[in-house]
Amino acid sequence: MNAPAKIQETKAEQSLDAQFNALIAEKTQTNANQRKQAWDAFKAKGIPHRRVEEWHYTDLRTKMRDAFALAPTCVPKADVLQGAGGLESYRIAIVNGRFAPELSSNQELDGLTVTATDGVVSSELASKDAMISLNQALVQGGISIEVAANAKIEKPIEIVRYTDGADVSSYASTCVEIGAGANVLFIESFEGENGADYQSNAFTEIKVGDEADVHWLKLQVESQKAQHIETLGIELGAKVNFQHFIYNEGSSLSRAQLFVELKGEGTHAGLRGISLLQDQQHADITLYVNHAVPECESREYYRTVVDDKARAVFQGKIIVEPAAQKTDGQMMIKSLLLSDAAEINAKPELEIFADDVQCAHGSTTGDIDEDLLFYLTARGIPEAQARKILILAFLSEAVEEFEEERCVELLEAMTRKWLHADEMVSE
Amino acid sequence: MLEIKNLHAEVDGNKILRGIDLVVRPGEIHAIMGPNGSGKSTLSYVLAGKDDYEITEGTITYNGVDWSEMSAHERAAAGMFLAFQYPIEIPGVATMTFLKTALNAQRKARGEDEISTPDFMKLVREKSKALNVTPEMLRRPLNVGFSGGEKKRAEILQMSLLEPTLCVLDETDSGLDIDALRVVSEGVNQLRSPDRSMIVITHYQRLLDHIVPDVVHVLSKGKIVKTGGKELALELEKNGYAEYVDEEAA
Ligand SMILES: Nc1ncnc2c1ncn2[C@@H]1O[C@H](COP(=O)(O)OP(=O)(O)OP(=O)(O)O)[C@@H](O)[C@H]1O
Ligand SMILES: [Mg+2]
Repeated sequence: MNAPAKIQETKAEQSLDAQFNALIAEKTQTNANQRKQAWDAFKAKGIPHRRVEEWHYTDLRTKMRDAFALAPTCVPKADVLQGAGGLESYRIAIVNGRFAPELSSNQELDGLTVTATDGVVSSELASKDAMISLNQALVQGGISIEVAANAKIEKPIEIVRYTDGADVSSYASTCVEIGAGANVLFIESFEGENGADYQSNAFTEIKVGDEADVHWLKLQVESQKAQHIETLGIELGAKVNFQHFIYNEGSSLSRAQLFVELKGEGTHAGLRGISLLQDQQHADITLYVNHAVPECESREYYRTVVDDKARAVFQGKIIVEPAAQKTDGQMMIKSLLLSDAAEINAKPELEIFADDVQCAHGSTTGDIDEDLLFYLTARGIPEAQARKILILAFLSEAVEEFEEERCVELLEAMTRKWLHADEMVSE
Repeated sequence: MLEIKNLHAEVDGNKILRGIDLVVRPGEIHAIMGPNGSGKSTLSYVLAGKDDYEITEGTITYNGVDWSEMSAHERAAAGMFLAFQYPIEIPGVATMTFLKTALNAQRKARGEDEISTPDFMKLVREKSKALNVTPEMLRRPLNVGFSGGEKKRAEILQMSLLEPTLCVLDETDSGLDIDALRVVSEGVNQLRSPDRSMIVITHYQRLLDHIVPDVVHVLSKGKIVKTGGKELALELEKNGYAEYVDEEAA
């Protein structure tokens, strides 16, 4: 009558234990019961590893050597924050998991309400994945953002998430409610001190009311040493246009998890992104898109450029429930591997329980097309430059599909910079 | 002056060119005709410097410089231009950006100044008008969605912008309608000059009515099997290649 052998706790898990016990011992701790529940849910699973199917390609247990101390409250200088690169915006700054009003816009914006919270939320997702549970056990702070019904917010709302310091970890959560008929663009950046080793774990829930039009750009430009985990829970009403785009450039290890529920008819969801990976970076995008009702359309288009020994992971699952007739779901993953040691694991999947649907998925992987390269070099363009032109072209197709002019320029400037191609292509 | 001596070349281990000798002096236009699969496009790729085409014997020199170790972009800067038989579509690359990048890359390689944007725009407007390339085509990504004939016109537009000194036109006439054939031929004839050499690959005499060659060659099985004046093209049109192909086999 032996209990199944328990996997031994890792150093990181032991550190987390100590952190949680210290946190919960604080008399002032809010929502202690909910935190305990989340902690128990985390403990039951431990840090995810390759034998957990959803984490098979991203063995966090091995990659997370230790859990850094919870980052303290602090206020860095305003000029270290990059955000949307100077685009005029309404700024919400979050430093080390906590709302930082000193660094945020202080005027009122019609139709927008931002409130600081303790970060503990009641969410069905909280027990779904160990890293969400961990977020909810240790969360340092949060905000709730409300966009009023029918508000047409002209300025982009910029959410700058900054982790200050090295060898620290930050846990933040965010609730976003977008009222029916609203129209809004969010630009959210995840960043930190250049070259600093830190861990950030963010959990965001977005609820979008009927007929709203939402563009959401995520810039993942964390320090090249950071570990970044972000989970998004997205619920879409009817006749919504929701467009999400991930620009993935930072972190030694990153994982974006998206849980998307299409709950109202006639909704379009566009989930797109580009990942630019080099050195030994590991970037994972994992998404679940659930079509629960008829006549919705979803697009999952991701492009990745992988150089050196970097590795990209894509797992995407489109689920079409029995009621979701006339679903149109298209998932396409395209990757350019620039070196022999670069790697991509792409696993697009469809689970279809309705009969009248149009769904497809696919993935392509390859090197730069030699014939395209020859065409450019035959016109006098040196090979290194021609390669950059073709990489930019590959990425820009995805960027344009996001259809948000204000972001296209920003994204193109960022990809050029990554390629060291600033002055390469004349206007 | 282009000098090709005893050129043998292979691709993926297949011997395709089997001893070509050809000299094209400045100001001359040479036509190359020959059956499908005889190696005409292969010769054009070898001249342009495509990577997987390997010279196994013989030499190519241009203006006294050995081209064997020169890469495609260096040859372009030295004056080489290939108008492709099948111009490729390049999504995501804006046509205008491409044209300007190519022009400036060549200028830079030759130690010249870059062209200014206004001068460049003016140049493109002039040249594209003459070739019936519309502003709308120029706004599209490179060759994307162009019809067969539009692609060929765009190739000649590139040629007239880049002003190469050694032009190789690989079946530029195929896919062109009668009017476009005249427009393109006029474009090519305008580039005729005492210091420019051209090689025109074609299957049809009618192109050579417009672009009148100094010399006509017949290529068969990777070798030049007959060389003559412009009347040779007329004769081929009437009798086909049977005579030369058989001769070769015999
Ligand atoms: N990559 C390759 N591998 C093997 N054989 C090849 C390759 N490329 C070309 N060939 C062969 O080389 C020969 C010459 O081809 P090429 O395209 O030069 O002919 P061509 O004279 O231009 O013909 P066409 O008149 O049809 O354009 C053909 O038999 C072709 O199949
Ligand atoms: Mg050919």
